[in-house]
Amino acid sequence: MIKDKKFLEKIASNCIDKAKKLGATDCEVIVSNSISETANFRNKNIDESKRSDGIGIEISTYIQKKKSNISSSNINEGNLDSLITRCIEMTKVTPEDEYNSLPDKDLFATKHKDLELYDETSISNEKKIDYLKQAEESAFQDKRITNTEGSSFTQVKDNFVLANSLGFSMGYQSSIYSASCEIIAKSNGSMERDYEYTQKRFFSDLKPPGTLGNKAAERAIKKLNPKKIKSEKIPIIFEKRVAKSLLDPFADAISASSFARGTSFLKDKLNKNIFSKDINIIDDPLISKALGSQIFDSEGVKSSKVTLVKEGSLENLLLDTYYGKILKMKSNGRSGGTTNLYFENGTKSFKELLNTHTKALYINELIGRGANIITGDYSVGASGMLIENGEFSYPINEITIAGNLSEMFNNITLANDLEFSYVTNSPTLMIEGMVVAGK
Amino acid sequence: MDTFFKHTDLNRNEAEQIVSETLNKCDDGELYLENSKSELLVLDDNKIKTTSYNTSLGYGLRAVTGDVTAYSHSNEISKHSLKESSNNLFSTLKSKKGTYNHSISRTNVKLYSDINPIEAKPLKAKIDILKKVDEYLRKKENKVKQVTASFLGRHEEIEILRCGGETFKDIRPLIRFNVSVMVEKNGRKEMGTFGTGGRMSYDDYLKDENWKKICDEALKQAQVNLDSKPAPAGEMKVVLGPGWPGILLHEAIGHGLEGDFNRKKTSAFHNLMNQKVAREDITIVDDGTIANRRGSLTIDDEGTPTSRTVLIENGILKNYIQDRLNARLMNMKSTGNGRRESFEHMPMPRMTNTFMVNGRHTQEEMIKSVDKGIFAVSFGGGQVDITSGKFVFNCTEAYQIENGKITFSVKGATLIGNGPDILTKVSMVGNDMKLDPGIGTCGKNGQTVPVGVGQPSMLIDQIIVGGTKL
Repeated sequence: MIKDKKFLEKIASNCIDKAKKLGATDCEVIVSNSISETANFRNKNIDESKRSDGIGIEISTYIQKKKSNISSSNINEGNLDSLITRCIEMTKVTPEDEYNSLPDKDLFATKHKDLELYDETSISNEKKIDYLKQAEESAFQDKRITNTEGSSFTQVKDNFVLANSLGFSMGYQSSIYSASCEIIAKSNGSMERDYEYTQKRFFSDLKPPGTLGNKAAERAIKKLNPKKIKSEKIPIIFEKRVAKSLLDPFADAISASSFARGTSFLKDKLNKNIFSKDINIIDDPLISKALGSQIFDSEGVKSSKVTLVKEGSLENLLLDTYYGKILKMKSNGRSGGTTNLYFENGTKSFKELLNTHTKALYINELIGRGANIITGDYSVGASGMLIENGEFSYPINEITIAGNLSEMFNNITLANDLEFSYVTNSPTLMIEGMVVAGK
Repeated sequence: MDTFFKHTDLNRNEAEQIVSETLNKCDDGELYLENSKSELLVLDDNKIKTTSYNTSLGYGLRAVTGDVTAYSHSNEISKHSLKESSNNLFSTLKSKKGTYNHSISRTNVKLYSDINPIEAKPLKAKIDILKKVDEYLRKKENKVKQVTASFLGRHEEIEILRCGGETFKDIRPLIRFNVSVMVEKNGRKEMGTFGTGGRMSYDDYLKDENWKKICDEALKQAQVNLDSKPAPAGEMKVVLGPGWPGILLHEAIGHGLEGDFNRKKTSAFHNLMNQKVAREDITIVDDGTIANRRGSLTIDDEGTPTSRTVLIENGILKNYIQDRLNARLMNMKSTGNGRRESFEHMPMPRMTNTFMVNGRHTQEEMIKSVDKGIFAVSFGGGQVDITSGKFVFNCTEAYQIENGKITFSVKGATLIGNGPDILTKVSMVGNDMKLDPGIGTCGKNGQTVPVGVGQPSMLIDQIIVGGTKL
């Protein structure tokens, strides 16, 4: 059973008391318990079963403007006492930093509505295996599916409490169920792998296993017998699964730390246009049942919906307390990063997007981390399909796509097919002007 | 002192008994106990940003029968918790019966000393070096606008308890020192990064102001990038420098030779044993036995001593990288590569220090032979799709070669290639083999472990460079 709130609260408050007794002027504690159960299935049989039961504690102590932190998986009282003692000793040696402090009291979360983040349902090993078996069977219906990397089902239940010496103490339970099916297709000497994935807060919202298996198979088969293409400048359409990844360097580049440290290619762009007029980017932590939802951030600051980009203009940064102070701005509850981050829908349908050009490249897989947020330079490995006259023609492999994020952001066209499948989400999107390197 | 049974109601005999009862009808398995301590110290933006210390204590109980594995871990070392884990394992494996394989070899060799690097140097002294790093770089070059420097120290104590009471122990120190510099000229910003580390004390790596060399290297890289021009796009010749670019072998070849992918026949190499996969002058080795190296281990996380495994010898595929489970199922021997990130993870076949041995060419010869291509000196991260064999990695320092001469530096670009193909496209192997400075971390199935890589300079005849200049 997952540890209850009282248990976690007691540890947290004991730690705060102890730290203050030893000379801390302020203190923050996060105690969490997470139980995760995974079953892996492969070739008609269970492959692995794994149960994790983990407690974690993180303590930050302040002596005026000096700060240190410790963390541990061992909540034995004797161990915590010696760790807090060590943390205080470290704090004394650490140089002062004028921006170190807990958040302003008036920013803390108070009462909150239920965001429906916890499902009590517990899925037995048998039920997990049954789900995975159905998924695999559906995938293997096509003869070209010859092997599997395995399918996996995980249930995670989590509880935590965040408390600090200003009297804040809150926490809540959450759950996540996820299933994946990774399949290998073979034909004419070509071997390709692909997967399908589903992740939800509530078990009943997961995709049915048959859909998961079919989708994984369909994807792997579509990749068979790929061709290379010539290097050229060509419009690129990003499938939703990869389109969302363009929001990662964006979020990195508009974090308060990147702005304060001067390491963002967007550093001088607050309240300026960085996208075309049609683009809006939202970060909303308060969506019911959503994967990225949270009531407060990792410092206890209340989180609410923020429009980051409005009609192409950068309106807000991702602010925590520390870097916010350096920038002379108030935290907007983004210590720990974005929540449910997404591009709002565009106006074109998926079909219309495919038909914009007589020839385009549809990318459904990216490999490598090729975004440099200091310069905006972008270059990653990719694979996908060639689109001719609005129709998919053949799979493309072993290419790179490259550009500079400043230009790429300006050349984005969005479709209107947004769904909330991941933490960060995007409709299908097209970028014109990027360079493909091939043979 | 008995670290693991000190503050608990569980004594060693009881633990042995539970382990034996759980595993005696299984093919394999063990109780893995871990007590680790680590520190992270970060200087950034002119200030000490982080001083942090972590301890982690726990166990992982694993049972394997046939090709099925059951695993349960907890950070509560107690009678109740271990029994619960045992029951969990039993419910997964109840219908299977195995014969426990007791055979596991022993080693008297120790590849690193029992030091705790965190305690060996006072916090104040470490903070002072970080401050000196910042001062040194900013004073040396006024284009320096941002410096990040960090120390990561770790001390890991592990014990493996097997059915019948056999135990294996190891104490593993590890440190890493890292420097990143951002420079700015006429509004243009670029970055350089360099580091060092391994299984010795901080002072072993930093004495005699050795840290200055790390700073100089990071700064050089940043300055080179300041003058870089857009990289070319398309297929061309690439000369790789020695040392860290061996990450290419790690991604392109190493992962594909790991036992699990070959047992499952999902690797592009699974049906190529004893066949020619590269030119005759190519030999690739995985060696976990090099003293004090970041990727080295006295014993792996299943208790097997690590070894020097020749993977590809004179172009012929000779061995896979094995842990106990995959070796048993493939009728091979564990090569001592069963590794895990921590007690929270099951072991799997992982690389240690993977490198190509020397050939006979000089780097100069290689560059001279190229009409149009790239000379790649340093890389950021890489990634591979085992099944299709496609791999990528990002250049962080690279130059254009024109008519046999290095002409100018080019912007970071991704290189993409095909693992099994790439070795057949190597046309010259250098005589300047070097190991990386001790900075590699490898990720697989959500687990990261420290690794080493290395290679001599190498000329690849055809690889796609993902630049923007057509």
